[in-house]
Amino acid sequence: MSSISGLIFSAVFFFALNSFCSATARDLNVCNECEYKTIADALLASEDGDRIIVKSGEYKEHDLAINKEISLIGEGRPEINAELKGAGIVINRSNVTVSGFKIRNVDVNYLSEPAGVRVEYSDNCIIRNNEFENTFFAVYLAGAKKCEVLENKIAGLARTESSSGNGIHLWKCRELNISGNEISGHRDGIYLEFVSSSFIDGNFSNKNLRYGLHFMFSDSNSYSQNTFETNGAGVAVMYSKFIIMKGNTFRNNWGESSYGLLLKELYDGLLEGNLFYKNTAGIHLEGSNRIEMIGNDFIENGWALNALGNSYDNKILNNNFINNTFDISSNASKSNNTYSGNYWDKYKGYDLNRDGTGDIPYRPVSLFSMILEKSPESIIMLRSIIVDLLDAVERIVPSVIPETLIDEKPSFQKRT
Amino acid sequence: MSISILKYVFFDLLRSRFIITYGIMLALISLGVAYFSNDEMKTSLTLLNIILFIIPLVCLIFGSIHFYDSGEFIEFLLTQPVSRNTVFRAEYLGLTLALSVAAIAGLIPAIILNGITVSALFLTIISVAMTFIFTGLAFLSSTINTEKVRGIGLSIVLWLFLAIIFDLIIVLLIILFRDYPLENLIIIFTSLNPIDLGRILLLLKTDASAMMGFTGASFKLFFGSTTGIVVSSLAMFLWILIPYFLAIRIFRKKNF
Repeated sequence: MSSISGLIFSAVFFFALNSFCSATARDLNVCNECEYKTIADALLASEDGDRIIVKSGEYKEHDLAINKEISLIGEGRPEINAELKGAGIVINRSNVTVSGFKIRNVDVNYLSEPAGVRVEYSDNCIIRNNEFENTFFAVYLAGAKKCEVLENKIAGLARTESSSGNGIHLWKCRELNISGNEISGHRDGIYLEFVSSSFIDGNFSNKNLRYGLHFMFSDSNSYSQNTFETNGAGVAVMYSKFIIMKGNTFRNNWGESSYGLLLKELYDGLLEGNLFYKNTAGIHLEGSNRIEMIGNDFIENGWALNALGNSYDNKILNNNFINNTFDISSNASKSNNTYSGNYWDKYKGYDLNRDGTGDIPYRPVSLFSMILEKSPESIIMLRSIIVDLLDAVERIVPSVIPETLIDEKPSFQKRT
Repeated sequence: MSISILKYVFFDLLRSRFIITYGIMLALISLGVAYFSNDEMKTSLTLLNIILFIIPLVCLIFGSIHFYDSGEFIEFLLTQPVSRNTVFRAEYLGLTLALSVAAIAGLIPAIILNGITVSALFLTIISVAMTFIFTGLAFLSSTINTEKVRGIGLSIVLWLFLAIIFDLIIVLLIILFRDYPLENLIIIFTSLNPIDLGRILLLLKTDASAMMGFTGASFKLFFGSTTGIVVSSLAMFLWILIPYFLAIRIFRKKNF
């Protein structure tokens, strides 16, 4: 009897204590003169609901594991220097916030993949306003849900693709919000694998060795208003469904095997209002079906759109094609995609009834780009007079270029 | 003696209506191109196309016309105690220098607007090289044919061949034999045509070279390397020297 009442008593006591504690969430200060000298000590002493305030200064700590529902907040941008001994912060619990830090010098380890901030199987985390420098992986989310990665500045020192990590690495996550980050000097700027229902908005990803953004097996995501500049191979979206891409800028991805945007095995996507400027290939479409490209600007690319023959039922509507060396190229003799209402700067037709639509259809594939697709050596004739002549002849008497690859209603004015 | 004939021919030509018009026309074109395109690389590539089209044509046709027109002057000079070599050299250099001056003057507006860049330098070198090569060819066709019409006709055929038909043959070769590894053959073939050489050398200096891609890598490897530049410069020099010496051989034995 007494044991039962004792149990009840202790349960009530602990409940009261617990609620008391969470009602008065404490602030734990960390600095040289504070109660806690190291972040690790403060983490050990903290309880759910606490805030750990880290004052400015350098903290030579690594592998800081957060197992409680706390907020870790840096004031005056304190620096966590892992001194190449391990990872920075590892979050194993839901409802954790990390903000205001500068995290440096994370170890390179191909087995454990250490990161500046790593989140493992936790929900509702917020990683905001941190700076990462020379962190193997900067932010690494594995099995996370409803997390936010906001306004971080990430700079890596990647030298080769095989020896470097990704800026923001997302694996098997759901409902994330990745916004306003600046990422450079990594293998992939943002990498997604098995991620769904997430938003990637307003990030600036540049000078990464491979892709600025890399999608694999990630359905129902949206990315908009991002800028991808001077990345080794641009942006790759592969093996995914229902992707929305709006208002992004793909710029200066210029090199031998570089794309603005590589779409491979992508189904049911929407591309709207993006700018492709000075890429070797603006969009490279391979095995991708039912994608709508509406109102995009393709300006000064080598190839604006390279649509391989295994891409079906894509709609290319109301886009601007300006100053591209080749507008469309394709290796197929038939086109299974719809082109309509686009503005082509090379269009030489007329508009007699002044309805804004050209009266004769436009064939966006030039003879030379067909030849080039079949025998790539002919690139040596680029900008030769004979190429212009052949294209002109083909335009007057079409015989080689695909009959069905045609814009029946080319726009007469530039689309706005 | 040679110098004084050269000076006379050069300054006489420089004052001629044709050379002045030619220079002004090139200058207007390069001014227009540089003014309306905001990109230095694009300007260079457009100018390159124009230069590779116009300079060979003008040099071939005007070279032939000039040679026939100065026939009486040459005959008069040959009655004086000067060797045929001296007269020919002075005529050739006088004309090429005058045409080069006009070509460089034509490029100056673009250089002023865009600054002195690697591609501008290349463009200038290519223009001068083209002038030397095609004036030599013009003199060759004029020494072969005593008749003016035939000489000019041969010049036009030469231009058609090197500017258009040669490239057409290469394209056909590439299409017909696309199952075979053609890279080295294409490199040899394009080195045989000065117009193609000029085009490829400048192309590799611009960022259009990135479009060469995977298969173009071997071209880039060759033409971008020091060996490639030495070989193509050598080919250009041969294109200047061979027509010149062939023409001078014929000129020495020519009956006037």
